[in-house]
Parts: sequence; structure tokens; C-alpha cells
Amino acid sequence: MIRTQRPAAAVCALLAALAAGIAFPGPAVADETDQAAPKVELVLDVSGSMRTADMDGGTRMAAAKQAFNDVLDATPEEVQLGIRTLGANYRGNDRKEGCKDTAQLYPVSTLDRTEAKTAVATLQPTGWTPIGPALLKAADDLQGGAGTRRIVLISDGEDTCQPLDPCEVAREIAAKGIGLTIDTLGLVPDAKTRDQLSCIADATGGTYTSVQHKEELTDRVGQLVDRAADPVVTPVATEGTGQCSSAPALKSGLYTDREEFGQQRWYKVDVKPGQELRTSVSVAADRAVDANYGVLLRAVTVHGREIVRGEASGTGRTDVISTGLRYPKAESDDDEDTTPETVCLQLTNSFSAAAGVKTSPGLPVELTVDVVDGPSKAGDVASFGLGRGWWLLGALVLAGFLAGLVWGWVSRWRVAVWRTN
Amino acid sequence: MWITRVLSTALLTVGLAAGPAVADSSPSPSASEDSGAPTQAGTSFRTATELDQGQQGTAGGSTGDYLYWSFPADTGRRPDVRATVKLPDSHAAQTWQIDVYDGLRRRQSCQYGAQTRTAAQGAGTVELACVLRTVRAWSEPWSDDPLPGTYYIRLTVLNLSSADLGQPVSAEVRADSKDIGGSAAVDGSLAKPLVPGIAVKSESGDGDKKAAVLSSFGSDDGWSSGWWTDRWVWTGIGGVLAALAGIGGYALTRGTGRPSRVPPGA
Repeated sequence: MIRTQRPAAAVCALLAALAAGIAFPGPAVADETDQAAPKVELVLDVSGSMRTADMDGGTRMAAAKQAFNDVLDATPEEVQLGIRTLGANYRGNDRKEGCKDTAQLYPVSTLDRTEAKTAVATLQPTGWTPIGPALLKAADDLQGGAGTRRIVLISDGEDTCQPLDPCEVAREIAAKGIGLTIDTLGLVPDAKTRDQLSCIADATGGTYTSVQHKEELTDRVGQLVDRAADPVVTPVATEGTGQCSSAPALKSGLYTDREEFGQQRWYKVDVKPGQELRTSVSVAADRAVDANYGVLLRAVTVHGREIVRGEASGTGRTDVISTGLRYPKAESDDDEDTTPETVCLQLTNSFSAAAGVKTSPGLPVELTVDVVDGPSKAGDVASFGLGRGWWLLGALVLAGFLAGLVWGWVSRWRVAVWRTN
Repeated sequence: MWITRVLSTALLTVGLAAGPAVADSSPSPSASEDSGAPTQAGTSFRTATELDQGQQGTAGGSTGDYLYWSFPADTGRRPDVRATVKLPDSHAAQTWQIDVYDGLRRRQSCQYGAQTRTAAQGAGTVELACVLRTVRAWSEPWSDDPLPGTYYIRLTVLNLSSADLGQPVSAEVRADSKDIGGSAAVDGSLAKPLVPGIAVKSESGDGDKKAAVLSSFGSDDGWSSGWWTDRWVWTGIGGVLAALAGIGGYALTRGTGRPSRVPPGA
């Protein structure tokens, strides 16, 4: 039965796909190029230290230029790419001036390879390392559009423009909720640079790579640009409240929010009888947190009764801690009754900030909500209440044998009775 | 009468059973051995790279990255996740770990397999494995039993010396599964597999195929209907044997050599 069902389903799916393809070829493509185009900005450190010749015999700058050339050649068509420099222009010793030195070398737009390459070729290692200001400007460059946004920061030294901590700048950029990821690459990094760059990456859910060789740089930057081109669902920003009554009502979809340490967040979802609510939540550790942590998600009725909970705890290094829950709402006896029930979702986390770490903005929260048809309930432990195994066979054989015997005796007895009569 | 009824039901059941038994032995859903295996990994649940069962996913990354893949697992199967990490030439001792999460992002326990392993200083590779529990068709909402749907693999280094952070590594990941069969067949079923974003997907229809989805594993195609289990065969054979034993028992009471006016089994 299933054998015939599957190809039939496949044929149906194929037909549907074909029909869809014929019916909607225009808008799907148009959308791709304009609104949802992924944007990437490469931010390159052009500070004086890039002159150091310790990457496969060449200078760090030469390696970076080489990598940029290769990456520009391989950039996917749909990616809008820009290049920003830091420390490229100001030669002086005035720290204040030096820390403003960041410029857009190539604007974020559909790539003109020749133009971009020419611009890269002009770069000369010069000034300071104002990472924080450069990141802020880069985030501005990437404003607008609905696609993914990614900054790739390539640096060989730590920020020389304290007290503006680039790590906190990154966290604030992430907290704006524009879905921006910063990936960092350290060229032959020392311990301080490594800590700073990895902190920036962690703050935005990005990655940190330390680069010792020219090839590694090209490969990694290329990989990151390609990654930006992958279509990803953009979450919708929401803001949970301190109690259910004022909580935002969510529908099926993907949401983001921020939750501070020890804070509660409430959301609510309407579930009709016969539907199932599925929700999962991830709380990300975007800064240094203590090693033991957890998350609790409760589904509660409007009257405060807990329906079901999802909880998770963990220990050690992590990016997120996540959990989820399902709540199938039973069919109502009255078919007409489709009044939805409001289910409150309470989210708490038990992260604690490591010493000296800022607690605001809150930790990034990702929430998925799916309201689907309810499951068909199990009436028995086993599938359809069917049996299985040698004990079952033994029991059936025994029962059958006994039934046969009894029937045989009864009919003998009946024959005997009939004869005597 | 009783015997004929039992006999005919049993035969019918076995007859029905023979067909799907063969069809269902193929791995599901949509296992394929094609060469389109992914060569990168995602960095979050949202961006996890999709793998089919039996595909070998490879990815380059940096020590300290959190690498994510996802694969579909269907009812009655016991997923088996394996990962190999190639470490850089020189490094201090590092602890690596794979975690498997279900479609609700709940962490799933491993029955066996070295989920966490420490690579000694300078070791070339580290191999990790996680064998999950068998995927069930249905479970109560208060349990976290594995259900059919998307599964996420997260591979990361758990403990490292800070000097090793960001060093290039490469990883290979593979998810297979073993058919456990009827012993794991439970009653009940989900209306939709536990695939994140499935409600959004079915609402929007298949108009814009290119639109990004959280997880693209099919909503209707490829997943087992949950109707077939080998319990039908066991129960059917049980019925046949019971019928035969019944005939045997009946014949026993009639003795041998006695001319029978009534044919046995009528």
C-alpha cells in the first residue's frame, strides 16, 4: 500500500513544484536581487603594523591584498560587497585624529570587480587601529534591506583607541536587532589581539580565526563571504514583557528578543482546539558568563496553571542554551467551538555574568513558534494495539489449542446427547 | 465459524503485510548517496547546513567555532551520528564534543558513543560518536522522547588553551540510522514532523521556492505514514498459528481413524 503511495506523492509534489515554477517565476527572482540581497562589508586594518613581513615571507598587507583580490573574483553575484579601511589615512601622532581614521574604500553595492581591485591596490599601511569606530561606521554602511548582514574584520593588532571598547561596540550593534554578524580574523595575533577579536566575534554570534598563512586568509574570507550568500530566515524583533497580560501575541514564525540576566520574559500564543503549539527558544551567551547556566520555558494558562515546561541546563563553554516544548490542545467536544486558548510562555535564564562583564544589553534570545495541526493521540502503548514477539505467539497458540479442544469436547458431548435421545 | 474467520483475517493480514514490508526496508526519508554532500557547516541553529542521512558532510572551520548541521530522522529509526575532527599540527590538549538536538532544540541524550573526547597534545584527529534513542511516532508532551523531524548536530571544542583559539580545523560529520522495527512502534502520530518553521512553510504554500526556511525537510513527502509496523505480521502469524492450534486441538478430541461426518475446520 505504501509502495504505491510514495511514488504517487512524489509525482504530486513534482507536479506542484512544476506548476509553482511556471506560475511564479517573476517575483521570486525580483525579490532576490533587491530587498533580500545579502550585504557584506570587509573591514581591513591598514595600520602601520601591517607592514610587518611575517606571512609566508611577505608583509601582512601583501597577504591581505592578495586575499582580497582572490575573494573579489569569487564573490557570488547576489552579494552586495563593500570595503572599509581603518587607519589608512592619518599619519600623525595625534591620538584623537588617528582614532577617527576610518574610511569607506568601496561602497556596499553590487560588485564591480575591477573598480574594487583598483581601490584595494592603492592601500598603504599607515596609522592607528580604531576598531570600535570602524565597526560603528560599518554597521551604518550595512543599514537597509532585508537580507543578511555580515562584517568581516581583518586586523593584526588590538584597538588603540580605548576607552571605547570594540567588544562592547559590537554588542551594542548586535543589540540594535538588525541581525548583523561580525566575523573576525587575526593576522599572526598576540594574546591580547586574540582575546579582543574573539570577544567581538562572540558578541555578535560570529567566528574568530587566527591566520598564520596567506592561503588560510584567502580561504577563510572566501568562506565567510559565501556563507553570507546562503539564504537565511530573518527573525522578527519582538519584546517580551514582565507579565502575561501585557505580553506580545506571537504567531508562527521566528522571533528575536533580549533578556537580561535574571529577567523574566512573557509572550503569548493563541492555540485553537485540535492544534498543537511548538515553540523552542535559544538564549545565547554573547559575553563571558559563568560556567553553569540554564534556561526554562514554561507554557502557562492565563490563570497561571503550568501546562508543560521545557528546561535545559549546561556547563562549560557554549554559544547558546536552548529548549523547547509542545502543547497539543485537545479537540473540543463541540465541533463549532473554535475559540482559541491563550497560552502564556514564560522564559527565564540562569546565566550569570562573569566578573566585570556588563549586564546590559540583555542576552540575545531566539524564539521559534509553530502552530500546527494536533497529533492523533495514542490509544495504546503499541501501534494500533497490535502485539509482537514470541510470548504473543505462544499465548495465541495456547488459546487457539484450548479453544479447539473445548470445541471438540463440546461437539462430542452434543453428539453423545443426541445419540442417547 | 470462528476458525474460518480467524484464518481468513490472518491470511489477509499476512497478504497485506508482505507488500509494504519490502517497500519499507529502504532507508527513509530520502536517503541518498549522491555526491552533493555539503562542504561547509552552519554556525547556529538558524543557519545549520542540511545533510541527508548517509551523506558525509565536511567543513573547514576554526577551533572555537560552533559548527551546526541538521538531518532528518524518521519513526522507528535509531540515528547514529559520527564526527571526525582533524586538528592542526601543533596544539595543546583539547576536549571536543558533539551534541544532538531535536526539532524543538531540546538536547537529546546519547545512548552510547563517545560524545565528548579529549585529544592529547599534538593528536592528529579526534573521533566522536553519538547513538540516539529510537525515534518514536508519538510521545506525551511532557516527555522529551525523540520524535520524527529535524535533528541538529552541534560540534565544538569544549576545553582548550587560549593559544589554540582560532586555529584551522576541519571536520567530517555523518548521520546514519538503524531500523529498529516493530519493537519501537508506538501508537499515535504527529500531524506534522517536528521540523522547525513547518507551520510558516505550509501557510506560505510553495509559491516562492527560493525563500529561506528554517529547515527544508519535507512536510508531507518522504516521512513514513506510521501505519506500517511489523506488528501486523506478528499478530497475523499469531492468528494463523492460533487457528492451526485450534484445528489441532479439535482434531485431538475426535481421535484418529473415525469417519468424520463434519470436515475439520468447518
